[in-house]
Amino acid sequence: MTLLTGWGRTAPTPATLARPRSAAEAAALLTRAGRRGVVARGLGRSYGDAAQNAGGLVLDCTGLDSTGLDCTGLDSTQGDRTGGGPSWRLDPTGLVTASAGVSLHDLMTDLMPKGWFVPVTPGTRYVTVGGAVAADVHGKNHHVDSSFGAHVRSLRLLTADGTIHELTPDDELFWATVGGMGLTGVILEATFRCVPVETSRMVVDVERTRDLDQTLETMAETDHRYRYTVAWIDLLAGGRRMGRSVLTRGDHAAPADLPARMRRDRLAFGPRPRLAAPPWAPGGLLNRATVRAFNAAWYGKAAPAAGKRLIQGIAPFFHPLDGVAGWNRMYGSRGFVQYQFAVPFGAEDTLRRVVARLSGAGVVSFLTVLKRFGRGTPAMLSFPMPGWTLALDIPAAQSGLAGMLTELDEWVAAAGGRIYLAKDSRMSAAMMSATYPRLDEWREIRRRADPDGLFVSDLARRLRLL
Amino acid sequence: MRNVRNALGGIDTVLLLGGRSEIGLAIVERLVRDGARRVMLAARGGTAPAEDIERLERLGAEVHLADFDAARPETHVTLIEEAAAKLGDLDVVIPAFGVLGSQAVYDEDPVVAARDVAVNFGGHVSAGLAAARSLREQGHGTLIVLSSVAGVRVRRANFVYGSAKAGLDGFAQGLADSLHGSGARVVVVRPGFVIGRMTRGMTPAPMSVTVDAVADAVIDALRSRRRTVWVPARLGPVFALMRILPRAIWRRLPR
Ligand SMILES: Cc1cc2nc3c(=O)[nH]c(=O)nc-3n(C[C@H](O)[C@H](O)[C@H](O)COP(=O)(O)OP(=O)(O)OC[C@H]3O[C@@H](n4cnc5c(N)ncnc54)[C@H](O)[C@@H]3O)c2cc1C
Ligand SMILES: NC(=O)c1ccc[n+]([C@@H]2O[C@H](COP(=O)([O-])OP(=O)(O)OC[C@H]3O[C@@H](n4cnc5c(N)ncnc54)[C@H](OP(=O)(O)O)[C@@H]3O)[C@@H](O)[C@H]2O)c1
Repeated sequence: MTLLTGWGRTAPTPATLARPRSAAEAAALLTRAGRRGVVARGLGRSYGDAAQNAGGLVLDCTGLDSTGLDCTGLDSTQGDRTGGGPSWRLDPTGLVTASAGVSLHDLMTDLMPKGWFVPVTPGTRYVTVGGAVAADVHGKNHHVDSSFGAHVRSLRLLTADGTIHELTPDDELFWATVGGMGLTGVILEATFRCVPVETSRMVVDVERTRDLDQTLETMAETDHRYRYTVAWIDLLAGGRRMGRSVLTRGDHAAPADLPARMRRDRLAFGPRPRLAAPPWAPGGLLNRATVRAFNAAWYGKAAPAAGKRLIQGIAPFFHPLDGVAGWNRMYGSRGFVQYQFAVPFGAEDTLRRVVARLSGAGVVSFLTVLKRFGRGTPAMLSFPMPGWTLALDIPAAQSGLAGMLTELDEWVAAAGGRIYLAKDSRMSAAMMSATYPRLDEWREIRRRADPDGLFVSDLARRLRLL
Repeated sequence: MRNVRNALGGIDTVLLLGGRSEIGLAIVERLVRDGARRVMLAARGGTAPAEDIERLERLGAEVHLADFDAARPETHVTLIEEAAAKLGDLDVVIPAFGVLGSQAVYDEDPVVAARDVAVNFGGHVSAGLAAARSLREQGHGTLIVLSSVAGVRVRRANFVYGSAKAGLDGFAQGLADSLHGSGARVVVVRPGFVIGRMTRGMTPAPMSVTVDAVADAVIDALRSRRRTVWVPARLGPVFALMRILPRAIWRRLPR
């Protein structure tokens, strides 16, 4: 038995961990799952208990190479990665077929020099393709490009009976699997369209806003000019300045945007974690004082400094937190919770109330992110909806947290919003069924694919999803 | 390690064995106030007072009833399975049944004494092992064992009850160790004199506490990593002394 947690390091539970290398190995493992069932796990970047299965089997899919993808006959403008470990294949039109265990970090590293970028990246590169599909992840481009599932052309799914299904967006099981949090089966492989890029740099506008109203207004009016946008909110600012933010918005840079020295190696991409958090996790390192100092410094300096058409690398623009390996340990042994909700357009008052409540409660949050969502996908349990999403980290040890978040849940539900399953570790089953209107439809499809309930996770039990 | 299903210590399901126990119901009520949504009250005859059921329902819980007799160990495994089938994974199991007979009666009628010991000790062994099996399999969950200071050092005034509690306390500690690493845990609660139904008509001992105080202490323990709870807390050090009091003095204590 291995103790597993999500990225937030709360509520550990023991499970038997197995690491299949192939579809055949995964299928064989399914037959060995006991009464407690099985669930797939990627890189464990979901915050809560989605990739845990107390007392049961967990399949670590990071070594999963589904097909031994046939890469013969590709020329050098295309590419592949084969031979031991997860593989992928790129065709000349930018269609990538990747085994589920491939990380977006590896994909970016391999694809960038060929001039391709993943269609959607979350705030960390260290997620697997399987995890990106299962959570239907979103990125800074959601307002124009929707979520990961919108770019997937086909999936190979290993279901409970040991068979492999080729699914396309015409299949209902496809949309139950996208956003389905691993509960329909083991995703073996996904084919999705990538985005052509001319450089590995971003051209970015950074600006600050006075308060929440100005933040919302600016985003509503001008987000459409950028492919990628996000606002970082200074939750510690109160009173008239409540909701003041730093907006960072940008696009992939064209060669002409780059200074000459960068143009020579315009597709260079080689980020590595710069710092490592200490392994002994001092509980108080991220306390009110340090976070206040960090927030003040960030907002004061607006790192990166406010300005127009700044040139930034992929990593600092998309994945600032990946710069510190294991940063989640800095919250100490009690771990932390990420609260991320979405509310539809028109529910700005709810957003204001929530920000006021959080900032009034003196919540210590390292990064609080606000984003405008565009259209969603047909996936039944997908999180994004046209509207606003707010995400913040809170130490689990913060007193009164459970009650406050339950109160916020009620506001979110009343506004027609919902909580993101990939981040959740504490909402109630009642909140879940009240806010995901297509849950029953999903259950029905899932039941047909897995009548005996083989696939199950701590999240599924906690939220009574099955 | 906290063995709860929610990152913030929230608990969803509770099984109370001895479904009418005053202390047990006070614990359940607190858990429901804090968000527990499925409760099973298991008692002889499968009933519980309507007012208790209604109170829990008003607080938002779904209340299930089941028949449970501590004196019939052959039924315990089935009962735990029924509870898991109705509630889902068991987050908290509270065996709160017990009988406090008078030592005078036990002296007169050894058969009654043996029967009560079969409930106070034997019933806890079978129900505890049956629950532990489920908790171990599910990889999480807490068993709350209501021991007593009466078992920490057995007194002549109630040595039958006390010795059963001593057995229970030892059993609970052994079970806790055997569950170590499984994800499940045991919390041993050692109240002193609790003013309530069980002790009605008796003169409260020094440092007596209320049912509510016991329930509050249990809730605190669930949130922390504590394995042993004395109620009130100062009974811990007091009994460290009591344990080493010379036998000749201990024997002469009035109660
Ligand atoms: C710093 C940080 C920033 C983040 N930013 C964002 C963001 O901006 N947008 C966003 O959407 N998310 C974000 N996330 C969340 C993250 O993208 C998702 O939780 C993602 O699912 C994690 O992928 P993973 O490979 O680590 O999967 P895990 O966390 O291991 O698993 C997540 C879910 O996917 C399922 N799963 C994994 N692999 C498979 C498979 N092969 N087959 C079937 N099911 C599978 C699991 O069962 C589980 O339900 C962020 C996370 C972190 C830590
Ligand atoms: N009160 C104290 O001073 C004190 C102090 C330390 C420890 N404790 C312990 O705490 C626990 C709870 O006590 P309490 O104060 O809540 O007492 P309580 O209200 O009298 O509850 C005890 C319960 O046990 C039940 N019971 C007795 N025999 C049973 C059997 N054979 N099968 C099933 N249920 C049976 C009784 O059921 P009925 O409703 O059918 O009678 C009663 O509901 C007990 O283990 C007790 O020993 C109490």
